[in-house]
Amino acid sequence: MSEPSTTTWHPSPSDFAPKPKHKSADAITRPAMSYWQDAWRRLKENKRALFSLYLIIGLVTFTLAGPYLWTIDPSAQDLDQIGITPGANRNVTIAPAYQPWYGPTNELYYDDDNALGLTLVGDATSQAVRLAWKSTLRGPGSAPYSDQFNHGYVIYRTLFALEPSDAFGLPLMETKNHFFEDRLDLQPTDYYYTVVALDSQGLETGQFATIALTVKRVITILEAQQRGLTKNGAVVEGDQIELALHPFGTDYLGRDMLARLIYGGQVSLFIGIFAPLLYVLLGVIYGSIAGFMGGGIDQLMMRFADFAVALPFLLFMILLKVIFGIGPGESGVLPMLVAMVILLWPAPARLVRGQILQIREESYVSASQLLGASTNYLIFRHMIPNTMGVILVTITFQVPSAIFTEAFLSFIGMGVAPPTPSWGSMCNDGIKSMLTRPHELFFPALFISITVLAFNLLGDGLRDSLDARMRNRE
Amino acid sequence: MNSKSPSNSHTSAYSLSRQLGVYFLLAIVFVVGLLLVLNQLAGLMGTATQEAQAVDIANNSISAALSEEPPQLDSSKTTDASSGLVLGHVMEGLLRMDLKDRLGPAIAERWDVTPTHATFWLRKDAKWSDGQPITAADFIFAWQLALKPETGSEYASLLYPIENAEAINSGELPTSALGLSAPDPQTLVVKLARPMAFFDKLVVFPTFLPIREDFYKATQGRFGSDAEELLYSGPYVIKNWVHGASMLLERNPHYWDSTRGKLAQVNFAYITSDATATLNFFKDKRIALAGLQAENLTEALRLKWPIRRFADGTVFYMEFNHRVDRLSRNLNFRKAIQHSLDMEELVYKVTKLPGYMPGKSLFPEWLIGVEKPLREEYPASTVDIDRAEAKAYLELAQKELGLKDFPEITLLTGDNPVSNIQSEWLQEVLKKTLGLTIKIDKQIFKQRLAKMSSGDFDLLLGGWGPDYNDPLTFGDLFASWNLNNRGRYSSETMDALILTAQSATATPDRMEAFGDIQQQLFDDVVILPMYERGITYVVHPQLKGVKRRVIGASIDYTYAYIDPDA
Amino acid sequence: MLRYTLKRLALGILTVWFIATATFFGMHAVPGDPLSSDKSTTAKIRANLEAKYGLDKPLLTQYAIYLKNISQGDFGISFTQENRQVNDIIKEHFPISAILGILAIVFAALGGILWGALTALYRNRWPDSVIMFLVILGISVPSFVIAAISQMFLVNINAFAGTTILPVGGWGTVWHMIVPAMVLGLSTMAYLTRLMRSSMLEIVNTDYIRTAQSKGLPKTRIFSRHQLRNAILPVITVLGPAIAGITTGGFVVEIVFAIPGLGRYFVEAIQQLDYTVIMGTTVFYGAFLVFMVILVDLLYGWIDPRVRINP
Repeated sequence: MSEPSTTTWHPSPSDFAPKPKHKSADAITRPAMSYWQDAWRRLKENKRALFSLYLIIGLVTFTLAGPYLWTIDPSAQDLDQIGITPGANRNVTIAPAYQPWYGPTNELYYDDDNALGLTLVGDATSQAVRLAWKSTLRGPGSAPYSDQFNHGYVIYRTLFALEPSDAFGLPLMETKNHFFEDRLDLQPTDYYYTVVALDSQGLETGQFATIALTVKRVITILEAQQRGLTKNGAVVEGDQIELALHPFGTDYLGRDMLARLIYGGQVSLFIGIFAPLLYVLLGVIYGSIAGFMGGGIDQLMMRFADFAVALPFLLFMILLKVIFGIGPGESGVLPMLVAMVILLWPAPARLVRGQILQIREESYVSASQLLGASTNYLIFRHMIPNTMGVILVTITFQVPSAIFTEAFLSFIGMGVAPPTPSWGSMCNDGIKSMLTRPHELFFPALFISITVLAFNLLGDGLRDSLDARMRNRE
Repeated sequence: MNSKSPSNSHTSAYSLSRQLGVYFLLAIVFVVGLLLVLNQLAGLMGTATQEAQAVDIANNSISAALSEEPPQLDSSKTTDASSGLVLGHVMEGLLRMDLKDRLGPAIAERWDVTPTHATFWLRKDAKWSDGQPITAADFIFAWQLALKPETGSEYASLLYPIENAEAINSGELPTSALGLSAPDPQTLVVKLARPMAFFDKLVVFPTFLPIREDFYKATQGRFGSDAEELLYSGPYVIKNWVHGASMLLERNPHYWDSTRGKLAQVNFAYITSDATATLNFFKDKRIALAGLQAENLTEALRLKWPIRRFADGTVFYMEFNHRVDRLSRNLNFRKAIQHSLDMEELVYKVTKLPGYMPGKSLFPEWLIGVEKPLREEYPASTVDIDRAEAKAYLELAQKELGLKDFPEITLLTGDNPVSNIQSEWLQEVLKKTLGLTIKIDKQIFKQRLAKMSSGDFDLLLGGWGPDYNDPLTFGDLFASWNLNNRGRYSSETMDALILTAQSATATPDRMEAFGDIQQQLFDDVVILPMYERGITYVVHPQLKGVKRRVIGASIDYTYAYIDPDA
Repeated sequence: MLRYTLKRLALGILTVWFIATATFFGMHAVPGDPLSSDKSTTAKIRANLEAKYGLDKPLLTQYAIYLKNISQGDFGISFTQENRQVNDIIKEHFPISAILGILAIVFAALGGILWGALTALYRNRWPDSVIMFLVILGISVPSFVIAAISQMFLVNINAFAGTTILPVGGWGTVWHMIVPAMVLGLSTMAYLTRLMRSSMLEIVNTDYIRTAQSKGLPKTRIFSRHQLRNAILPVITVLGPAIAGITTGGFVVEIVFAIPGLGRYFVEAIQQLDYTVIMGTTVFYGAFLVFMVILVDLLYGWIDPRVRINP
């Protein structure tokens, strides 16, 4: 063993000063490219991902710019056009206001084609269809007229031509009168009305009569003016005008589907994008603190995350929704957002912590530490950029599940409060009338699908392009 | 990327996919095996749905669906419609409503009500499903049970007309003090606390059904929770009750009345509140009766189903909050709303179902007055829907209240789709006609109840279904002491009228009181009747004789039969 | 290994306690209570009911009693189904949800692996496109829409055939299970297909496959012994969370197909604020999931030799 050298080297701070920059470093064969430039370059090559990105930008623009382009109020109810399909006929005739009717006043000419002489009184309009029929109040044989033989009539209505053994359709009313006024949801189409006489037991006899008629859609001058349908100048009774245009049809309350899709998109996309953004952010902060601190604090923080991750998600989502409640007039978007953040932050936190732990062991971090890099520098130069890719991919993939969660909550009646629309709640409303008015389900479902699909494909693309391992593969 | 992948050549993909095909077959074999095992497991648990066939002619049996499962079938505690439906088939009380909705004999052959007493003479051949006779003691036990404070029966107050009932229910007297006696096993004498002309109409309600003491005690607190924890007095017994899934009723061999219980079995094969699922079961010929929603009407017409309608006797109305600090306490404000809401528009254009009737009164059309329907004897007043008039009332209210602008109005409503539609309609109409901003406060059931009791609302969508066949079941709702008066309306005139309606012995006097109550409700705009609910439904063409009821079992199959020729 | 397992179990129990506590205080924070009812009751009746359910005691006492009871496996009596034990409700209805869940997982896992392998084999050719299109549909349409549409199809198929080919809903035989389980497993299957496909493609480029090829092993052998086996591993890791998602996510299918599973009870219990049922189902599900995850982790350590668990 030799003595340690007596000329020990005492390092001074100046020894650690950066070397002066060389102007003539060796030329690098490839142009220098930052991580993000490279990622963007690779993303651009992925046609599907790029298309999805444009699609998402398009959807966001649709919901944000939509209200300025399509200025219809999404909660305005057009009760003359309930549940109409896109491109339905919008013609309407101006007619006098509805007046109550108490039966035919003068002797009517009864149609003799049927036993009851069922006949239409006045015009069949969407305000009312008025029917009258002959009295059958006669006893057996040629017994005289007597009220004791009147056991009443049932009036039926259907939309389809009747074959001999068919059921008569929708029973509208039982009455002892010889007239009936139908005001129930009259659409401009063909109707078949049937009146059946009842026997003393209240059962239907074989005596019935059917008439077919076509209902004309009408509107009063006042209504036309209130709805702004009289474009230029006055209208008089009998004029034909057009009702308001609904390019995507209307829903069960006559509300414009396009407007509701736009506003519903705001809600769905807001939840879909902001919820993941928030809880991933929270998770990132939590996870990076835990990962960076290490030791006991890390253990403690991660145990807590383990607890939180074990809460059954959908059950607690419902529970939290109920706990937060929705105050009067609130849309319920915020409670949903908060509930999602409370329940979903642990997964990204774990992910980020894992990443941080991994990066901390990387040789470039040690090198940078050896070179005296500060904590802040380490975090901002190495940790964050290197976890950013994972975080971005996570957010992208979480968007579809957030949108689905909103839709699911709507399905069990715990979604946004009416009259706020969302794509999920529109889907849920649309399901009920799936067979007769499929457009009410189709459009919101289509928008959800497109959004979810776009985010999934974009996520795939991002994952591929942000994956540093892929960098050198071509 | 990895374009040199060896598996990309055509032939190898083929051979490999053949191998994959083998795995696929293996997987199918595995799944089939698993299915068999699971099938056995599901069978073992006894949770299987009974084999459902809408109409089974060979076995004289039909299937139907329940919208909700009865929480339990202890008649002393029951409150809900679903329990009422099942109890209407498996239980019978002293009296029942007949096919024409008139009060008729059941276990009591005849009865008599005087101002002081009500006496019921029980038939000798009435037996429990275990063969033992039904006696007056079974009624006494059941009624005492319902009044016991520990039972916590929500309907105990229906028994209050009996002497000492109220004191027993509040724990001041022992149950033995109840004014009931049985001179012999077949006679039940009720001592009334106050004159009550319609006491006989009350006993139709489930709370008055008999319960046998020894059986009740043997169940050790599980009475009514399962098929074997019940003893039956009606035309059917529950053969099998699979919670959450199905309930099978079978004819009760000990039942005395051969005109009821024509079907050997009534199989409530499904329990689902999903209207679409119910309709799909009907389409698939699994059930013989299904309710229709407005959305399904066109489809039902296209398939040419036999459609029926029925007004179920429930009235829906908008309540105003009459508490002191509330805006809705102002009469002109209420009148403004009264003049702007067109209930005909609501019924004809929004709910769109043929059974619904636009609301005009708290008293529905089916209630009988002295001789004719109450509403014919005392027609309800109506207003013309007039935007200008409504505005004028609102301006008056604004002046009286000294408001610069109207604040936002809170409308409390339930979380079901029907209330959603109605509240959205209401919100829009009031915005359009009066320029009022309505905040919809949609709450789940229990939270809504909490807000209703604490008065945390301006407007409230509510409804009331009848408990018994007398106008009083609606008439006393807005008494100042009635806890169901959620808006806490309080008026001396109203209270006096209700007292008359409760205790007058002559029917015309009572009916006049109801007529006056109706007018007072209208004049003071205590509530705004919205509609009388209707049910539109389809029935299997071979199933005949199904009775729909306003009171008791809403669907009654006890007189139903199968007509194979239809 | 044993120590690890015990430690995981202890943590699991602690987690269940956390879930129970969170649920208990969360639920009691909801305005209203299970005893309020449509027809108003008198103060006396209410007091009686409160005493019966122990709601008259201070919240912390209730909490202590509750913890004591669940530690003995007693969840109490339901508020709405008055004479019924919550334990009975779970016992009767959980197996139904579980059977449905198991079947859905099996469908999802087998389907995912097979379709994923197939799409990888036929990469960029028509079977790939067709399957991936279906997969995309599977993950992009909300499950309740798929459930409703598939039920509608069942009705029409039966009507067309004139007889019942598959029941439209209800529970009992294997025929009742197939369609609901497929609907329930669909999104997981779609996810697994994608995962399997990418993991298959990744493995083709690994050294050991190249080695096997250069050794001249038959292609089918490489495919089954190396490629498929190794590609399945990542699929298994995600099965744990998938089980969690599927068993609790059964609500939709249970509601649409009228299946008497536990999920439906939970939704109803929330509406009614049925404290005991909410607590019972949440704690039970929570415990089930926690121990399921532990099981999957242990299983994974056993399957994959690279992940030997360090004691």
